[in-house]
Amino acid sequence: MAETSRGAGLPIVVQDLEVVRGATMLLRGVNLEVEPGKRTFVLGANGAGKSTLLRVLHGLVPPTRGRVRWGGAQLLPGNQAMVFQRPALLRRSGLANVVYALACIGVRGNIARERARTALHAVGLDAVARRPARVLSGGEQQRLALARAWALAPEVLFLDEPTASLDPGATHEVESIVRKIHAQGTTIVMTTHNLAQARRLADDVVFLHAGMATEQTPAHRFFISPQSSEAAAFLETERT
Amino acid sequence: MHRIAVLRHSLHEKRLNTLADSFSLSLRLIVDLDPKLAAIIGLSLRMSVGSTLISALVGLPIGALVAIAEFPARGVVVAVLNAMMGLPPVVVGLLVYLLLSRAGPLGSFGLLFTPGAMVIAQSVLITPLVAALSRQVVEDGWHELHEQLRSLRARLARRIGTLLWDTRYALATVVLAGFGRAASEVGAVIIVGGNIDGVTRVMTTAIALETSKGDLPLALALGEVLIALVLAINLAAYALREWAKVRFG
Amino acid sequence: MKRRIFLALFCAVLASFALSAGAAGDFIVVASTTSTEQSGLFPHLLPAFTKDTGIEVRVVAVGTGQALDIARRGDADVVFVHDRAAEEKFLGEGQGVQRFPVMYNDFVLIGPKSDPAGVAKATDVLDALRRIEAAKAPFVSRADKSGTYAAELRYWKLAGVDIDKAKGPWYRETGSGMGPALNTASAMNAYILADRGTWLNFSNRGDLGIVFQGDKRLFNQYGVMLVNPQKHPNVKQALGQKFIDWLVSPKGQSVIASYKINGQQLFFPNAGTDS
Repeated sequence: MAETSRGAGLPIVVQDLEVVRGATMLLRGVNLEVEPGKRTFVLGANGAGKSTLLRVLHGLVPPTRGRVRWGGAQLLPGNQAMVFQRPALLRRSGLANVVYALACIGVRGNIARERARTALHAVGLDAVARRPARVLSGGEQQRLALARAWALAPEVLFLDEPTASLDPGATHEVESIVRKIHAQGTTIVMTTHNLAQARRLADDVVFLHAGMATEQTPAHRFFISPQSSEAAAFLETERT
Repeated sequence: MHRIAVLRHSLHEKRLNTLADSFSLSLRLIVDLDPKLAAIIGLSLRMSVGSTLISALVGLPIGALVAIAEFPARGVVVAVLNAMMGLPPVVVGLLVYLLLSRAGPLGSFGLLFTPGAMVIAQSVLITPLVAALSRQVVEDGWHELHEQLRSLRARLARRIGTLLWDTRYALATVVLAGFGRAASEVGAVIIVGGNIDGVTRVMTTAIALETSKGDLPLALALGEVLIALVLAINLAAYALREWAKVRFG
Repeated sequence: MKRRIFLALFCAVLASFALSAGAAGDFIVVASTTSTEQSGLFPHLLPAFTKDTGIEVRVVAVGTGQALDIARRGDADVVFVHDRAAEEKFLGEGQGVQRFPVMYNDFVLIGPKSDPAGVAKATDVLDALRRIEAAKAPFVSRADKSGTYAAELRYWKLAGVDIDKAKGPWYRETGSGMGPALNTASAMNAYILADRGTWLNFSNRGDLGIVFQGDKRLFNQYGVMLVNPQKHPNVKQALGQKFIDWLVSPKGQSVIASYKINGQQLFFPNAGTDS
């Protein structure tokens, strides 16, 4: 496990990023910047490399070539969190799952339990906090994953298609939680298939096509007139 | 087991079927609970449980470590671990015997022909089994959790502990497999223990002795008692596990 | 909470071992043979010794050869076996202090009641074996380093049979103790040389019975030796010597003589003689 720094991890600057796995080039020549305080969305077709990019930004996948810098430093920052499409919860209670995450960053005892309960309350899971996490519904599990991330008070929160497996009601709940977390000062980096969701939430859009970042545009401009032809084609197909 | 000897002779006079003999005999053995038999059962249990605990303490972390850590020749280590599940008990017994013999490197401890030697031999036998099986169990759990644990920046030691606890129900079965092997094994314990009456005679070695004396009904009956014991333990473990699942999740 | 229960259980088991190990009083390890154990002599003999001296006797019962090997490694205090040649060799190596004859029993020739080789008509045991070889009747041999096997080989030699050349499918070498060899003979309906004690105590007889006995050559002498403490400092010299002294004493000898199966005496004490 790489050493993590304690300093600010923003902005995240990516230069000429290339990621190769085996014979496949997953990302190439990616240049982008994640600015503090923004809600940055990564959009693109299936296999465009969105999930890979998120994992590089979060330090889970090392670049084959190119550089990623967090807050000017090459050391991976410790105060980030990530929520995946399918929540990976431990076989213990919801509360214990959140407390576990806090223990990983060295917060223990009553302070940890208090922070955990606050986070669970914020996502509306007080009632089921003591139940085994794995018996919760899909929507509840994803909210628990968010509570876990929230309790960490991260500088950056990554979300990889967090509502892809959820019904509209649960999707709405997740989105409102993301808004709340953002309101507390966390920078959001998110991928989604759901363009309506992107329209609702995005401040900034990074568009990926076949592993290349064709543009990084403020959201309101992107949806009206994207800079790249690939993005325009993508928006066209999604519309139909 | 004097009363048993008397019963045995009367059964021989009737020349009944060996299997039928053994069933009635095994019931009698359980009900009467001859003190010598009770001592043998007690020693069997203490030895098997003791060696299982040691194997779990050593084997589970090793299995988890091999499952999670990345290092060169990992595939070879996994293959070797799996191969060691098939270690012949009698070979392990022989090796431990040579180690513990007065003429051997650890002779000064005077452990040969004591229950301690049997626990050592069985632990050597079962630890690879527990390590190999837990490696597979933890690896499956790791596939599910590895991104999340790395996202949380959990250190290696924490990951091992977390995965062992998370896969605890499957690991309970692994430990029970180890216990089953310990309780049923005879090749190693008879060599390092010497099957000494009252000191290192356990269920399996007693069965071997009665068989070699030609007393097949008694040997079978003891075997049935042993099976019943192991079955009872497994049922208890299952009940405990189901209760824990409901209570704790 | 669960972790504490687990830890407590673990400590309890370890503690129970520690306690039981510490509770051992005076004891000696005697390497002896399967025939002495399986004849049932020890459960009759040893409690009397322990009552007289307070010394526990732990018997490791294997074949004579293996018993002597155990002693050579220093893992036993006393050996109690029945192969004079091997015992003399043991003494010659300086591994034992002195040999004392203790008792004798006899071997019997076991075989199918139908007696296909006509052994019952033999004049002596050598003639019996010749008949078996001539008829190529199935014969089970222990073929281990036991006193019984050594005796068997002696008889073949005396009978003028070169067993290495003569052995064929009829001669089955099991490499096992007396009991397992008897099991095999019973299943195969074969002839086998056995000591009377093990045979009388053996229950899986099938169709076998004693077909020849009584030849003086079949007498089987037992000797006891203290393992040499000069070679193996860990040997419990004083306790081991007490055991030997008791075995050859009038008390020990009378206990040996009093062991009977179905009213029949198995072992005949003869300490003090040159056997």
